[in-house]
Amino acid sequence: MDENKGNKSPNRRKFLTNLTKVMGGVGAVFAAIPFLSTMSPSEKTKMAGAPVEIDLTGIKPGAFKIIEWRGKPVWVVHRTPEMLAKIENQVDYLADSESTGEHQPQYAQNKFRSIKPEYLVLLGVCTHLGCSPLYKPGENKDLGLEWKGGFFCPCHGSKFDLSGRVHKGMPAPYNLEVPPYYFASETKLIVGEDSAS
Amino acid sequence: MSRLIAWIDERLPLTKFVKNHLSEYYAPKNFNFFYFFGSLALFVFILQIITGIFLTINYKPDAASAFASVEYIMRDVEWGWLIRYMHSTGASFFFIVIYLHMLRALMYGSYKKPRELLWLFGMFIFVLLMAEAFMGYLLPWGQMSYWGAQVIISLFGAIPFIGESLALWIRGDYVISDATLNRFFAFHVIALPLLLFAVIYLHIAALHTVGSNNPDGIEIKENKNNNGVPLDGIPFHPYYTVKDIFGLAVFLTIFMFVVFFLPEFGGFFLEKDNFVPADPLKTPEHIVPVWYFTPFYAILRAIPDKLGGVIAMGLAIFVLFLMPWLDRCKVKSIRYRSTTYKVLLVSFVVSFIGLGYIGMKAATPTLTLLGRLFTLVYFAFFVLLYITSKNEKTKPVPDRVTMHD
Repeated sequence: MDENKGNKSPNRRKFLTNLTKVMGGVGAVFAAIPFLSTMSPSEKTKMAGAPVEIDLTGIKPGAFKIIEWRGKPVWVVHRTPEMLAKIENQVDYLADSESTGEHQPQYAQNKFRSIKPEYLVLLGVCTHLGCSPLYKPGENKDLGLEWKGGFFCPCHGSKFDLSGRVHKGMPAPYNLEVPPYYFASETKLIVGEDSAS
Repeated sequence: MSRLIAWIDERLPLTKFVKNHLSEYYAPKNFNFFYFFGSLALFVFILQIITGIFLTINYKPDAASAFASVEYIMRDVEWGWLIRYMHSTGASFFFIVIYLHMLRALMYGSYKKPRELLWLFGMFIFVLLMAEAFMGYLLPWGQMSYWGAQVIISLFGAIPFIGESLALWIRGDYVISDATLNRFFAFHVIALPLLLFAVIYLHIAALHTVGSNNPDGIEIKENKNNNGVPLDGIPFHPYYTVKDIFGLAVFLTIFMFVVFFLPEFGGFFLEKDNFVPADPLKTPEHIVPVWYFTPFYAILRAIPDKLGGVIAMGLAIFVLFLMPWLDRCKVKSIRYRSTTYKVLLVSFVVSFIGLGYIGMKAATPTLTLLGRLFTLVYFAFFVLLYITSKNEKTKPVPDRVTMHD
């Protein structure tokens, strides 16, 4: 008797079986969400992104300083007039000399990629695969004849000029990023915010 | 004793299992040197599990104390240095053994019908092993651990649209941090070993279903005596168990020599920069992965485009999965194949070793050019193999395996 009962409406049975499979699958996807979400940055991690303050009095012309912001290196370079002259004159080997990409705040979208030309503020993370390039301010034959000072990434050989603009034909796809920053006073720089809020 | 076995046999097919997989499992009688590496790989896997368990007893998966805990194992834990060096040397030897195991398959056509699935499981093990080794390398929390992980995780960032969020999700932070170390520890010690165990089981199950290939590339199951025993087969136990134990003895002599006298292997097995604690603000002057990743790393560097490089590197691994279908030649063993195939295989091996060398060196214009050339040769192997193997001029294949003594 039971056997006949099962065969009475095979389509109905098939439909219910398939529906159960689909519902089970949907349930499995929802159940996976909390597990996978535990791997996202935690609330504590997200909160650790506060702005940092830099005292500029100790950074003499030509000097280079690394500070930490959100666990990443931020560079401050006090550029000399000679450095600025090189940045102005040598552009033919750069991939994006006008910084057309959105890799800097609006106020730093100029050839010096800064608010005040003498102070360069950059995120010291190569746009290729995240290494921290090295500061090589002088001329250096090992880095090629066009090298007029800048940043060299030791991982895959990307070259950037003294404004963090990438050379042509490098693994790095675009210029080094400029973090949001502003000058709170003549000697105080705040990295992480566009203005005092 | 026999009553105990009879008691077990009624409840679990123990005797049947031993017969099916050892004493009456017939393997070709003409195995050569290259057939040591499967069982050696299994041995190294077990060695890594055992040494790994004893390392976790003293290791701390915490960015603040990981580096110091490894040094603690090396200096203060009794025999800790031996366990740690066996584990770190074991990682490199795992890849030596696996690469030779894979070369064997390429030489004797062990991926061809009916062994396609066996090859796919093997390739899957290879990919899991690379993930396992990569995550394990972060745990000592040295400079190379840190920046190596930074580069590899950033590779995911090259994927259009979802890349950056994916990299963020893998790291669990905006940079490599304690969160990353903690999860890599979980994957390295439990998730991936469990997966590896499962796929190795499937690999061996598939092998015992189709039977081993051999240096002549002949199916021994096609020539059986009246009892159904392959004429060119011998029982795995005792013949090959004894052969493998001899191989293991030679392997261990070399392995333990390295563990005792050359554990860093001149910076190849343990890189010099990894004896400096991780510093998120300073990249080492020369950053290179451990030697077993350098061929693929050189391919990544050879392409002057971020996404292109990542795709080429992924493709270099993926294309190996397709070997059973790219090689259309019916003859399996290199012994009876054309000179074309021999030249192709030799140039492939040379380009692989060449890429491995280039991947270890700093990028100079000459090496970059050479890297591009070898990358071209690497991929050309698969393209040319597909074209030439269709109508390949092969030598006659014997009916029975050949013995040289």
